[in-house]
Amino acid sequence: MEAARKWIQVIVAILTNGSWSFPFTKTLYQGPLKVICAPGLNCYSCPAATTYCPMGSIQQLLGGLRFALENGQYYFGFSVLGSIGVLGGLLGRMICGWACPFGFIQELLHKIPSRKFRIPRILSHGKYVFLLLFVVVLPLVLVDEFGTGSPWFCKFVCPAGTLEAGIPMLLLQPNLRSTIGLLFLNKFVIMLLFLTWAVFSSRPFCRTACPLGAFYALFSKVRLIKLHLDEAKCTNCKACHHVCPMGVKFNESPNDPECITCLACMNKACQFDAISLEIGGIPLAVPDKGLSPASKP
Amino acid sequence: MSQATREPRTKRTLRKAPFVVITAFLLLWLIGVATGEPARVLEQALQVCLSCIGIG
Repeated sequence: MEAARKWIQVIVAILTNGSWSFPFTKTLYQGPLKVICAPGLNCYSCPAATTYCPMGSIQQLLGGLRFALENGQYYFGFSVLGSIGVLGGLLGRMICGWACPFGFIQELLHKIPSRKFRIPRILSHGKYVFLLLFVVVLPLVLVDEFGTGSPWFCKFVCPAGTLEAGIPMLLLQPNLRSTIGLLFLNKFVIMLLFLTWAVFSSRPFCRTACPLGAFYALFSKVRLIKLHLDEAKCTNCKACHHVCPMGVKFNESPNDPECITCLACMNKACQFDAISLEIGGIPLAVPDKGLSPASKP
Repeated sequence: MSQATREPRTKRTLRKAPFVVITAFLLLWLIGVATGEPARVLEQALQVCLSCIGIG
């Protein structure tokens, strides 16, 4: 199952970044596929991006809301919110674990041999602050003389944008290099920080700062596909605590908003078949491993 | 209902909440599409947003 997840991560990363003509065109993909919402955090200013980033798009729409309303256009971001809402209702943060290119990059970095550190649980609240403040409130409230707000998260924080779009665009268009300033330096440092942190801790950006992860986390209790804990079978051995890349204690919190449904607890840890995957409450898969019924306690 | 025909208490039933949530967001998406929002999203997505990527 872990191999399947890796393959899906690779396939989604390729599909959402499938325009490889950029070395010749020196610019973005500009075809009709860009009306499709990327499920994960994937900058749409990346030269290879074939889909739009929901967080970038929401900020742009909210930033331009006053201007749009003055022109009789009701661009509240409903189509974007609807797209990620449907995805959230279906999969929730399973998207983070299976379909986010930046999450995948962090997973790969974490494989670099080094001493590993835990991330304090309290830092996981940071991503909700970024979602509310940097994605919604600031683009909507702080506007320039034309009534237009800035995409605050993209502009000042997003390391995925710097990695996937900022650096490639600077390489492709040398004339842009003269515009490098404090703004880029700030984002470059943030990107380096998160990429370095990913070597030592598992998925630090997903856990502490990703606004899209925060949005999907809101669906943890109601999403269609999720993991189920059979309390009758659970022995509270805590084996699931040690394998979770998100620091979830699954036996204590089966609907944890941090769970990315990577299935590590189900397939690598639980010896008692207490964890299963379910669709809308109906079991989909139970790991075919662990103790035989006769030997179970 | 007799005791024999009762369903076992451990049987898991279909959760309705996900379907309600998905339908609500599908309606929201349709409203967005009806207002012509995807054209605006596409317009934005086709341009390099320099300030977004920390260059401009």
